[in-house]
Amino acid sequence: MFRKAKEFIIEKLIQVCGLASIFFVVVIFLFLLKEGLAVFKIVTPLNFLFGKSWYPISDPAQLGILPLICGSLLVTLGAAIISIPIGVACAIYIAEIAPSKTKEVLKAGVELLAAIPSVVLGFIGMVTLVPWVKNIFHLPTGLTALSGSIMLAFMAMPTIVSIAEDALYSVPKSYKEGAFALGATHWQTIHRVMLPAASSGILAAVMLGIGRVIGETMAVMMITGNAAVIPHSLLQPVRTLTATIAAEMGEAVVGSEHYFALFAIGIVLFIISFAINVTADLFLHRENR
Amino acid sequence: MAGIRVNNLDLWYGDFQALKNVSADFKEKRITAIIGPSGCGKSTMLRVFNRMNDFIEGVRTSGEIIIDNENIINPETDLVLLRKKVGMVFQRPNPFPLSIYENIVFGERIHAEKINKNNLDEIVEQSLKSVLLWDELKDKLNRPALSLSLEQKQRLCIARLIAVKPEVLLMDEPCSTLDPQATQRIEELMRELRKNYTIIIVTHNMQQAARVSDDTGFMLLGELIEFDSTQNIFTAPKDKRTEDYITGRYG
Repeated sequence: MFRKAKEFIIEKLIQVCGLASIFFVVVIFLFLLKEGLAVFKIVTPLNFLFGKSWYPISDPAQLGILPLICGSLLVTLGAAIISIPIGVACAIYIAEIAPSKTKEVLKAGVELLAAIPSVVLGFIGMVTLVPWVKNIFHLPTGLTALSGSIMLAFMAMPTIVSIAEDALYSVPKSYKEGAFALGATHWQTIHRVMLPAASSGILAAVMLGIGRVIGETMAVMMITGNAAVIPHSLLQPVRTLTATIAAEMGEAVVGSEHYFALFAIGIVLFIISFAINVTADLFLHRENR
Repeated sequence: MAGIRVNNLDLWYGDFQALKNVSADFKEKRITAIIGPSGCGKSTMLRVFNRMNDFIEGVRTSGEIIIDNENIINPETDLVLLRKKVGMVFQRPNPFPLSIYENIVFGERIHAEKINKNNLDEIVEQSLKSVLLWDELKDKLNRPALSLSLEQKQRLCIARLIAVKPEVLLMDEPCSTLDPQATQRIEELMRELRKNYTIIIVTHNMQQAARVSDDTGFMLLGELIEFDSTQNIFTAPKDKRTEDYITGRYG
């Protein structure tokens, strides 16, 4: 009797915990919607998304986030171009080529890279990378999209490496044996059998890495220059969606247009991250045909 | 066309000796079965012939395995050439997660200097015909190979192997995952292939060895106890241990 009651209580407790997390997500989302959608009383969704000027405290306020979206996309694109090839190559090296001791060291190194707080990366970028970028390209300032992309590439890499490495590792050994037994070299085996077999996992790794980049705030705020203009090259300062919210939320008057606009930016970010995660999930769970 | 001559072959996995002074002559264009209880070293034996054991850490071999006048135990052996000449069919069919077509032309893609589309089509047709899959699959060549039935997959693996024009086919329990009808059809295929290839098959299944092979070797605890024509092994074994095994006293 007592045992049954105990079972019942434990089960219910676990159930409540599980439901609570979903409940909080829903509440947060509803709050975001409630605060964010209010901005569309002032500005139409089209003008908000595609307006070219972000002057939230001028009178009348101009609330166009196109420069911010472009900033986020540019920095993310740059980070993807840097981190995807290096990250995937690193995953191939760890999964397939490195001797087992090197492999352990490298895996620990990747974990360590993931453990560096983003503010520290931003700080290091500010004192080392930013002056380099300034001197190498002879720019008036090193606070550019390029600097942000490079630092964010460091942040995306651990995600890409560890998930892509998992994907390669879980390719059945029999494929590899089969290829070797047909006289394939190691590289032929990797690029003709292993990579196609692991492709959905590698794509998921890339998507999750990009998801991490687009949501990153601290490092980009410190090193991208934060100028809300539509960028024309990687060597210009940009401002991202995330940095805008972080920098301006503190000074926005609660209930003002500015305040609602920042929440609306939050919704945009939420939708982007959500889409990326869902895509990654689709790749991860894609049936092996 | 090559047979395989084995002289005084020893093989260790670390401190464990898996093959003990094995000598045998695998003749060309015949099917030789290697039988014996689990752990007797028969798969190890098979995997020495195309040096697949190289992937296991701590493997050492000594002795001679002569294929086309070359001792393939020699560390300088060109493994790509060896594996082209000595192909392997695995216990579990292992087609690559590619299309049927790409599975078969895999060998050509990795070995040929230049790829010629007509040539590829020709290879696919010939290889599938030789494993009697052409009529079934000729309209489905772009389907994923993983969608085939187990038997079809195993045939496809044999076709993929034949496409690289090997001389020796090593088969490591090729029917152990198949049902009796499929097994029978694969055995028929083996008899067909014997005309052109030297076949060595490792099998758990004594009846299979008796049905399909010309010669049989019986292994026990790393030693090749007896090696003779299948007829002799199954009707007049010379060694008491062989007799005990084939009459089912152990194994």
